[in-house]
Amino acid sequence: MSFVKLSASALAISAMSVTAAAARDNVQVAGSSTVLPYASIVAEAFGDNFDFPTPVVESGGSSAGLKRFCEGVGENTIDIANSSRPIRDSDIALCLENGVTDIIEVKIGYDGIVFASQIDGPAFTTFEPTDIFNALGANVLVDGEVIANPHTQWADFNAELPAVDINAFIPGTKHGTREVFEEKVLLVGCEETGAFDAMVAGGMSEDDAESACLAVRGNGITVDIDGDYTETLARIEANPNGVGVFGLAFYENNTDSLKVATMGGVVPKTETIASGDYPVSRPLYFFVKKAHIGVIPGVKEFAQFFISNEVAGPDGPLAQYGLVSDPELAATQASVAAEETLAVK
Amino acid sequence: MSDQSASNGRISHGSLMVADPRTKKRNASEARFRAYGIIAISIGVLFLASLAFSILRSGLPAFTQYVAELEVTLSQEDYDAAESKMLKTAAYTDIFIQNFSDALDERGVEVAYDSDAIERILGKVGGDIRGHYRENLDDIGRPVTFQLQTSSRVEGYFKGRVDRESLVDSRFLVKTDLDIIDALTEADILTSRFNWAFIKGTDAGVDNPGGAGIGAAAIGSFFMMLVVLLLSLPIGVAASIYLEEFAPQNKFTDIVEVNISNLAAVPSIVFGILGLSVFIQFMHMPQSAPLVGGLVLTLMTLPTIIISTRASLKAVPPSIRDAALGIGASKMQSVFHHVLPLAMPGILTGTIIGLAQALGESAPLLLIGMVGFVAREFPDGVVSGFLDPNSAMPAQIYTWAARADAGFYEKAWGGIIVLLAFLLTMNIIAIILRRRFERRW
Repeated sequence: MSFVKLSASALAISAMSVTAAAARDNVQVAGSSTVLPYASIVAEAFGDNFDFPTPVVESGGSSAGLKRFCEGVGENTIDIANSSRPIRDSDIALCLENGVTDIIEVKIGYDGIVFASQIDGPAFTTFEPTDIFNALGANVLVDGEVIANPHTQWADFNAELPAVDINAFIPGTKHGTREVFEEKVLLVGCEETGAFDAMVAGGMSEDDAESACLAVRGNGITVDIDGDYTETLARIEANPNGVGVFGLAFYENNTDSLKVATMGGVVPKTETIASGDYPVSRPLYFFVKKAHIGVIPGVKEFAQFFISNEVAGPDGPLAQYGLVSDPELAATQASVAAEETLAVK
Repeated sequence: MSDQSASNGRISHGSLMVADPRTKKRNASEARFRAYGIIAISIGVLFLASLAFSILRSGLPAFTQYVAELEVTLSQEDYDAAESKMLKTAAYTDIFIQNFSDALDERGVEVAYDSDAIERILGKVGGDIRGHYRENLDDIGRPVTFQLQTSSRVEGYFKGRVDRESLVDSRFLVKTDLDIIDALTEADILTSRFNWAFIKGTDAGVDNPGGAGIGAAAIGSFFMMLVVLLLSLPIGVAASIYLEEFAPQNKFTDIVEVNISNLAAVPSIVFGILGLSVFIQFMHMPQSAPLVGGLVLTLMTLPTIIISTRASLKAVPPSIRDAALGIGASKMQSVFHHVLPLAMPGILTGTIIGLAQALGESAPLLLIGMVGFVAREFPDGVVSGFLDPNSAMPAQIYTWAARADAGFYEKAWGGIIVLLAFLLTMNIIAIILRRRFERRW
């Protein structure tokens, strides 16, 4: 029966040590899968350069990360949420409800969103927001009337585009990238084609027209990708006519299998995104729980290290990987040093 | 069976030497059935072979590493200067690149290069160098030979992922770098070796696929399996002995039995959700800890162990129990002295198969924080092994497969090979145990 005794005592020991070792000594980060690569680069460098243990960085999407961030204050909640979109009032409300009152917002830089297709596939090399809207929008303007999207091929509405079936892989709704895609491409395309005005003229309120603009066709013509960009890449590789939405960094790491399309005539690269010429970009953030600074070792140091010039600056490893560094990094550094929190509404 | 009469009513007595049509038909149908069986088996074997082939083809390159071998002498001033910087590892990388340029001049490598090119060719070497000097302070001022990994693109060039024709100049690698690489290879500075770092190492950042290893995740898996073994074996065996040998047959035990079978069919992700809400949110156990992962997998493994244990207890002939009871043993004595030892091989096999299943599971770990950039450090001891954040092999493979750099994709396949090696070992142990202890009546 010694085995039983052994296992019983092992259990007792581990149960005891759980209570004893409850003090967490590593920073816990979760959230956006777009920020994850940058966060993991910084986490590795942080572990290599400081005496703190390497932070744990989990993925899951911006909204899921902020939800976990807002679960409350305490050692079994995360310290930092990565996000590829600004924090919303609804997130802040949830945070307040659970006692997370002081949130430090940190902007780390910008990320471009690119449209890419198989390198040997049809010539998808120039897009305008109108093209994307005409191809993917659920309701489009045809001959002055807003009707359910009749287009089956790209050439149906723009003779310069290849005459192949429309098939697009776009980020799913839990990704922050989706929001940027909707705002900066679909909505812009909707307004530029005149569909927005036609909807308002047809008696819709502006809000309704806006959400009608953002609706996509589904039905296998647009496919929501809930996983990572690797999943989108796999779909593109299996489908020569497919067009996918990627982050700039991901595309730059896979230039041997993808070719990128210009948007509004501008080639997406770090310089055009930093200058604002390339229209589809968005800031990336992380949010720090101020209540954890001083309780969990290394939280503030990690945040400061993340946005230091050596790391997030134009010559740092993040820019090397594909992040477009923020020209106003110094302001962010000052605000983190002073632990400035978001104004509570 | 009585259908012996032919259609005209006359009883047919065919010769034994000549097969009658009916026999021929039966024989033909048997032959067809055998053919179906062979076809089914060959389809299975074909799938298995193509799977094994693609795993080996994609994964074996992960076990080869291309390194730049070079002697470095770090002065005390260099060390102090580097340590005073914020990004110390970058400072070490710069020092190394300086040394590297000098060494190239010394060896008379005749190729045009600049320090940016060397930075592109070498991977993230700063961490390794700093790690060495932090641990061996005596080595400062002495020449030390380092074998430092090359960057992901350079490995891709050696392994055929990148070729000269299709290479597009980027900040990761430009065409002229390939000339430098060829020259370095000729001068024996760049060499290939077995990639121990992949087996012994920890996870690395997304810009450093060459430095990533599965070692820490394997340790995480080991601690999880320890928890699973220590919990599910005693609990599972005790539960099945009670249910099989002692429990009265009533509605309650019926419900328990049905639900154990149901549990065995529950998708594993459900156990992950349960683990998140019970162990982490309610019991406040640490996130990403192998202990919690082990508890979740225990829940998943228990039904498997209970079902197989009950089956092997049932397989012990009743005559053994009767004989024991007949010569005056108590019920408990008959179970523990006679039935249980005879059922042991079956129990062990069931346990190992349950463990192997748990070892390959990644879905429930997704929810308790073991997927992501987690397996970065080896635990300091037994307690930290259970409680410090760590990943597990399948979760690590999943993480790697989702990263942008093609180098990580290769690592994911390599990780599959390591995981399969573990699984095969466990299954072989199960077979050996069964063969050794199995008894026939």
